[in-house]
Amino acid sequence: MLSVLRTIWMTLMHTFRKRDTVLYPEEKPYLPPRYRGRIVLTRDPDGAERCVACNLCSVACPVDCISVVKAEDESGRWYPETFRINFSRCIYCGYCEEACPTYAIQLTPDFEMGEFDRQNMVYEKSDLTISGVGKRPGYNFYRVAGMAVGGKDKGEAENEAAPIDVKTLLP
Amino acid sequence: MEIAFYLAAIVAVAATARVISCANAVHALLYLIVSLLSVAIVFYTLGAPFAAALEVIVYAGAIMVLFVFVIMMLNLNQETVARERSWLAPRVWIGPGVLGVVLIGVLAVALASGGSMGNVDSTPLMAERIGMTMFGPYVLIVELAAFVLLGALVVAAHLGRDDRDVAEEKRVAAARGRRHPGGEQ
Amino acid sequence: MFGFSTDTLIDFAFTAFETIAILLAVVIAAALLIWVERRLLGVWQDRYGPNRVGPFGILQVAADMIKIFFKEDWIPPFADKAVFVIAPAIIMFTTLMAFAVVPFTETIGVVDLNIGILFVLAMSSLGVYSVILAGWSSDNKYALLGGMRTAAQMISYEVFMGLSLLGVVLLAGSFDLRAIVESQAGMWNVIPQFPAFVIFFIAGIAEIHRAPFDLPEAEQELTAGYHTEYSGMKFGMFFVGEYLGIVLISCLTTVLFFGGWLGPILPGFVWFALKAGFFICFFVLLRAATVRPRYDQLMAFGWKILLPIALVNVAITGAVVVAMA
Repeated sequence: MLSVLRTIWMTLMHTFRKRDTVLYPEEKPYLPPRYRGRIVLTRDPDGAERCVACNLCSVACPVDCISVVKAEDESGRWYPETFRINFSRCIYCGYCEEACPTYAIQLTPDFEMGEFDRQNMVYEKSDLTISGVGKRPGYNFYRVAGMAVGGKDKGEAENEAAPIDVKTLLP
Repeated sequence: MEIAFYLAAIVAVAATARVISCANAVHALLYLIVSLLSVAIVFYTLGAPFAAALEVIVYAGAIMVLFVFVIMMLNLNQETVARERSWLAPRVWIGPGVLGVVLIGVLAVALASGGSMGNVDSTPLMAERIGMTMFGPYVLIVELAAFVLLGALVVAAHLGRDDRDVAEEKRVAAARGRRHPGGEQ
Repeated sequence: MFGFSTDTLIDFAFTAFETIAILLAVVIAAALLIWVERRLLGVWQDRYGPNRVGPFGILQVAADMIKIFFKEDWIPPFADKAVFVIAPAIIMFTTLMAFAVVPFTETIGVVDLNIGILFVLAMSSLGVYSVILAGWSSDNKYALLGGMRTAAQMISYEVFMGLSLLGVVLLAGSFDLRAIVESQAGMWNVIPQFPAFVIFFIAGIAEIHRAPFDLPEAEQELTAGYHTEYSGMKFGMFFVGEYLGIVLISCLTTVLFFGGWLGPILPGFVWFALKAGFFICFFVLLRAATVRPRYDQLMAFGWKILLPIALVNVAITGAVVVAMA
């Protein structure tokens, strides 16, 4: 019986507590930079798109919401012809970001993407691509990768030794 | 007040007729409740508000609830309604009808020969006078009724007593308490 | 018999106007309680509660009403239609009828019945039918279980409610609620009749089956109890009926134990509203703070604790009144 009275008293004392909730649309909550929200495709510092259409994100996605079609430009560089994310399926797990070898796909601290029409939740490449580098400034995949592409030959990448000629015995 | 009296009386008679003729047991009970309520209004118009209030509280509010309670648990369905209806065939009405007519005849003769009829709008009979009467001239009947009620109480307590082993239950409760350490603090 | 004089006609019109005004005010207060309760629960659970519609969210009631009016008013095909429709009306009717005898101030009040308390008890005991018939006519296991629990709970707690009021009646020497208020001019009944007040308040909570005694509609075990099958405005009537019950019990507690409109300086109506409002808030606080007892605990608490206290209270009060007389 006393415990009941104590409970009532403690609940009454909550009148003077600070509220735990915030008035959301007026008062935005703080979201940390690594918050997993809306997915974007970033560009490298030169302004070219980072995605190389390797499809690893698509494979990693547990709900299969990413669809990528590969294309190749005249310099031999891969790029996605279409890059489509169905956000009505996406669970914002961030596996695609982990899987991406070029830091192209990144999750951003933004969750306000409600739509009245479900079809509007399907984001195309033009909707996803941003003009910046996102969380990885200064990283350019083709400049560190050993692949010969668009004027850069093998061995010319950063921190890369010239390729070894396997057809000669000389050191 | 007179209009209220006659209206309530008509409602009471009509509702009681439906209690008898209704095939669905719960509907019949609802008509009985309506009948009791209208009888309460009749009491009120006759200058007995205390009796009217008790009629509603005790009969309509408590006893009839228990009736409804029991009927609810009987799980009556469409078949029972049909059977009830077959029991209400015209030839079944003959016996009770004759008896009822005899009773009404006796009542009519008694009234016609000039019994005191009481009148609507008499002075209200309040709790004080009822108490004086009950514990004055009728004290023996009140005490006898109290005996009967006490007997019923004892029987109810006897039927509803708990035969479970208290020690065993305590042991079980203790074991349950051990499984949730800190649950009772 | 029908020869009305102008005086009686004016009298009649005034009484009718007063009655309608009081009942409307009570119903509006009950509807506003929906908002008050949600805001207060918000305060006690460290959150805001409805605050979007209108200033401080006060128009939430209007929004809820519009929503509930436009919901489909569905009667299940397996239900007993007539009873199903009548059941929600009963609780509204009986609770509003009980307000007829509540004296709000010296002058405001629908009627002064010389059996005031008995009338309230009679109406609250008729209110049982609403729940029990709703439970039965829904033809649904959970609804029936809820209805049966209600029947047992309300009949039991009516006993303690009536017994606890006997002490007050003995002190005032009248069943008339106005006379009871006037008898408290020297001292509020809550002081000499404190056990009766506690029992009345607990029984009142059980009577209108509010938390923590809301076993008839225990969500966790009975989905929604007796109103599982109800929707639209019929559900709304149960809903408003419950809030009307809160207002009624608060008003009655004020009248019976806290001196009704009596109080210094402020006008009577303000005192009444303040006292009744305090108890309404306490009802909400109880809902925020307490947990629901088990069914057997509820019944054992009533019959093994409340009943003996109420009987002893009646006996002692009676002895004191006789000794003083």
